[in-house]
Amino acid sequence: MTLPSALQAPPLTVYVEGIGLLGPGLSNWAQGRGALEGTEAYQAARCIVPLPMALPAAERRRAGTVVKVALAVGQEAVTASGLQASALPSVFTSSSGDGLNCHEICSALASSDRLISPTRFHNSVHNAASGYWSISSGAMVSSSVLCAFDGSFAAGLLEAMAQVMLEQTAVLLVAYDTDYPEPLRSVRPLPDTFGVGLVLAPRRSERSLAQWRLAPAVCLTAAPAQRLEDDALERLRSSIPAARCLPLLRSVAAQTQGEVVLDYLQGLQLAVQVAPCR
Amino acid sequence: MPCTFETVDLPTFVGEVAGVDAVQLPAPLAAFDCRNNRLALLGLLQDGFSEAVAAASKTYGAQRVGVFIGTSTSGILETELAYRRRDPVNGALPADFVYATTHNTFSVADFTRHYLGLSGPAFVVSSACSSSAKVFASAQRMMATGLIDAAVVGGVDSLCLTTLYGFNSLGLMSTQACRPFDFDRDGISIGEAAAFALLEPVPEQLDLDAVLLLGVGESSDAHHMSSPHPEGLGARMAMQQALTMAELGAADIDYINLHGTATPSNDAAEAKAVSALFGSTTPCSSTKGATGHTLGAAGALEAVICALALQHGLLPGGLNTQQLDPALALNYLLNNREQAVNRVLSNSFGFGGTNCSLIFGRAG
Repeated sequence: MTLPSALQAPPLTVYVEGIGLLGPGLSNWAQGRGALEGTEAYQAARCIVPLPMALPAAERRRAGTVVKVALAVGQEAVTASGLQASALPSVFTSSSGDGLNCHEICSALASSDRLISPTRFHNSVHNAASGYWSISSGAMVSSSVLCAFDGSFAAGLLEAMAQVMLEQTAVLLVAYDTDYPEPLRSVRPLPDTFGVGLVLAPRRSERSLAQWRLAPAVCLTAAPAQRLEDDALERLRSSIPAARCLPLLRSVAAQTQGEVVLDYLQGLQLAVQVAPCR
Repeated sequence: MPCTFETVDLPTFVGEVAGVDAVQLPAPLAAFDCRNNRLALLGLLQDGFSEAVAAASKTYGAQRVGVFIGTSTSGILETELAYRRRDPVNGALPADFVYATTHNTFSVADFTRHYLGLSGPAFVVSSACSSSAKVFASAQRMMATGLIDAAVVGGVDSLCLTTLYGFNSLGLMSTQACRPFDFDRDGISIGEAAAFALLEPVPEQLDLDAVLLLGVGESSDAHHMSSPHPEGLGARMAMQQALTMAELGAADIDYINLHGTATPSNDAAEAKAVSALFGSTTPCSSTKGATGHTLGAAGALEAVICALALQHGLLPGGLNTQQLDPALALNYLLNNREQAVNRVLSNSFGFGGTNCSLIFGRAG
């Protein structure tokens, strides 16, 4: 393996082929883009998560909110891209996994009989959504499942853009979080569910919404992350890790050109060069 | 050894690492204190690893070294224990419980990065039992794109009640030390481990003993959440991809470190996948008879075993297995074998149908 030094390395370039969006007051990308662009007022409301009808009935019964939100935004993004779900490698990223399931397991383990159901146990793995996605889409290709606490979206974007560039294939990125019930909610106060799906491709198509680039030498930066002007949207961005993607989605909605800096780790942010395709 | 971990009351064997409870984290990192991060520190202190990372950090710059760690349950034991101490009136967790730096899946990569003084990109890969094989794939990509120059990869998973009682609920745990590929195999023994590797670009001058990462392959079964594809189709795709990336044929592989968990269905599916690609002559074994199944740490642990096999010319025989299952048509080693070893393949598969195969080779 011969490696490029950072200064010689070409930028990682991807085209956004489809977007899926679900969150508090955000029911899909078509509606969300208006709120992000500022043409419609954003109104916070409890996130409504649809049933994952693409799953076989048995799996659908077993799927928790975390799986439902991931499948919904993944499906919306893939449909918009016009690509085949079964052919797309995927990157799933989440700060926390299934909070309710975790609560039920820890409660059972603190009780006298310690009985856990097999379904609860296999749903407890961080890659549950990825597993259900591959079953529902028939995708036998690679799926990576990441966590970087509050920086999970940026971590997933790095992994997905690296895969697009090196494999020269479109990749589905899904970032999602759900809220924990009490008492975990007190130590991890995520207010609601949020998910975003992005199909990223190596080449521009007639469906391309935007071009995103990472310059290897400088994209990991100490520059502060961008905030959103709308107070309610900024509260959403800063309170749910997956919603740290919102400045990037706003740049797509508003067709802006320039740099968007995203939260990643403490003192290390991710700078994305954005340009519209239309 | 028979399980005496914590208050667990199950008729099973575990691979428990001695001395984890006595490990003390450095005071500034006290917030990370939990069994999983103590085990991580124990691993980082072995074999001059931290010193090698410090040298790499000096060479490349702390921000140019990534940290990618695999774990399945991270520090969830802390939360399990905290749930026993909930306030009897309002159900609140005890005030001394810290979530972000213990239970959260990312905490082990966060701890490792802080302990090693690195400031580059980091994440945890958490895809059940393929987690710490897949970190090699992610790190290799980050290096190939020029985002970083080097990477610390590894796997850390520690004993906890979720996995012990969870695998018990699925009826997948043996009542004795696990016996991979045995005719009477009856399930896994859970173990714990921390294993790390430092990945660097290939220099012009290489020690003959240096270990090279030659290929990675990743796939999904798209079949079932907790059972493998019966024909091992996804596993076969991962192995084939790793061979393709390494530009090698099946005959070039001298040894296969099997996933080999010792459940009846896992070993049967893996045997079908391996024999479809390699036939029945390539020497292979599962080292889980020696280590137990260390879940999210298994990929990195078995990568280290592969590195030792390459450096020492030693193929490890599988422990505990008494009578090989004649239905599994592989050249399964029951005893250690000393011979020159140039290229090895390691398999890691997990819940959700996630598969990863790695190929390592000797420099000379």
